[in-house]
Amino acid sequence: MNLNVTMIAQAVTFFVFIWFCKTLIWPHLIRALEARQKQIADGLAAGEEGRQSLERAAKDADAAIAQARGRASEIVAQAEKRASQMIEEAKTTAKVEGERLVAGAKAEIEQEVSRAKEMLRTQVATLAVAGAEQILKREVDAKAHADMLAAVQRQL
Amino acid sequence: MAAGQELTPTSYIGHHLTNRTVSLGDGPFWTLHLDTFLTAVALGVIGFGLLWWVVRGATAGVPNKRQAFVEMLIEFVDDQVKGIFHGNRAFVGPLALTVFVWVLLMNSMDFIPVDLAAAFSSNVLQQHEWKPVPTSDVNTTFALALSVWLLMLFYNVKVKGIGGWTHELFCTPFGGNPLLWIFNFLFNLVEYISKPLSHSLRLYGNIYAGEIIFLLLWMWAATGLVGSVFGGVLALGWAIFHILIVILQAYIFMMLTAVYMAMAHESH
Repeated sequence: MNLNVTMIAQAVTFFVFIWFCKTLIWPHLIRALEARQKQIADGLAAGEEGRQSLERAAKDADAAIAQARGRASEIVAQAEKRASQMIEEAKTTAKVEGERLVAGAKAEIEQEVSRAKEMLRTQVATLAVAGAEQILKREVDAKAHADMLAAVQRQL
Repeated sequence: MAAGQELTPTSYIGHHLTNRTVSLGDGPFWTLHLDTFLTAVALGVIGFGLLWWVVRGATAGVPNKRQAFVEMLIEFVDDQVKGIFHGNRAFVGPLALTVFVWVLLMNSMDFIPVDLAAAFSSNVLQQHEWKPVPTSDVNTTFALALSVWLLMLFYNVKVKGIGGWTHELFCTPFGGNPLLWIFNFLFNLVEYISKPLSHSLRLYGNIYAGEIIFLLLWMWAATGLVGSVFGGVLALGWAIFHILIVILQAYIFMMLTAVYMAMAHESH
């Protein structure tokens, strides 16, 4: 155990190494570590943010789907209503048209009937004249009796 | 081993525990232990140079293995200091790192078998009586402990002021009663004297004792085949156990440094 100038030399060396560590080693690495810490913290925060926005987006999507579903069912209901309306309308139109056709047909039939009656009348008059000719066995002046025949015809 | 000398246990141990000295002036104080000084400087330059080389290219991104190792070391030191020292670690952190790395490297020189180290120093460095373990020189441990001690005094004054520190010297730990001032002061005096002594001698004693045990085992190893086998096996066992001591002593030295600095920064 002999203390001598070695101690002072070692102490000076020690302080030089402390200075070296303090200025050239420690701050650099601590800075790198802190920067990495910040990076990791930022990354985690961004992840959390992403997760939250995903949640929000899922909620929004659900809402949009629900809205769309409501709208779709509304449209379907409207369409059904419209379809039944159209069917009703078509039924009504068809009924009216049918009635109109029936009415037309009836009118035509009546016309035909009256025409046939007219024809019958003419033929009956002719037959009556022919019959009368036969009965009288003589020639009758058709012209002279035309007024009478027309009167008969009108009475039929 | 100087030629013509008879090999006795005393001379062997004495030979390996003698420092290579250079006289820088008159009187025994101006003797420099060249081996202690140069080995310590070389170890420091290599150790801190390596750290600097790695740290210089440090990235905040994904670190490579080299950087991860240095980060582990520095974070370990920082964590230890954080647990003891509450405040800005811009100085105490690097101080603890310096102490830990340097003491660890100097202690680790103990692992090199003494005769191998001697062969290297005498044949390659052309230096005889080159003691390779700087921390087994009491000058080194006292230099470290007294430097820490001076830093402790400096920060005591800087943080608390002369008045605050004086007040602490006289009024703690027993109380501020004037009757107790002298007891407080004596108590603190003993504490301030014992701090650097225990700090330095703990490290010195452990490493010096470890070295002596190695020397005894190597000496045994030189006595014959049985001695070689047993000496070698026991030296291996001791070296493995010594790994614990080397690291533990470096760790304790660092922790005490942090504790003393924390005590200097905290008011009672």
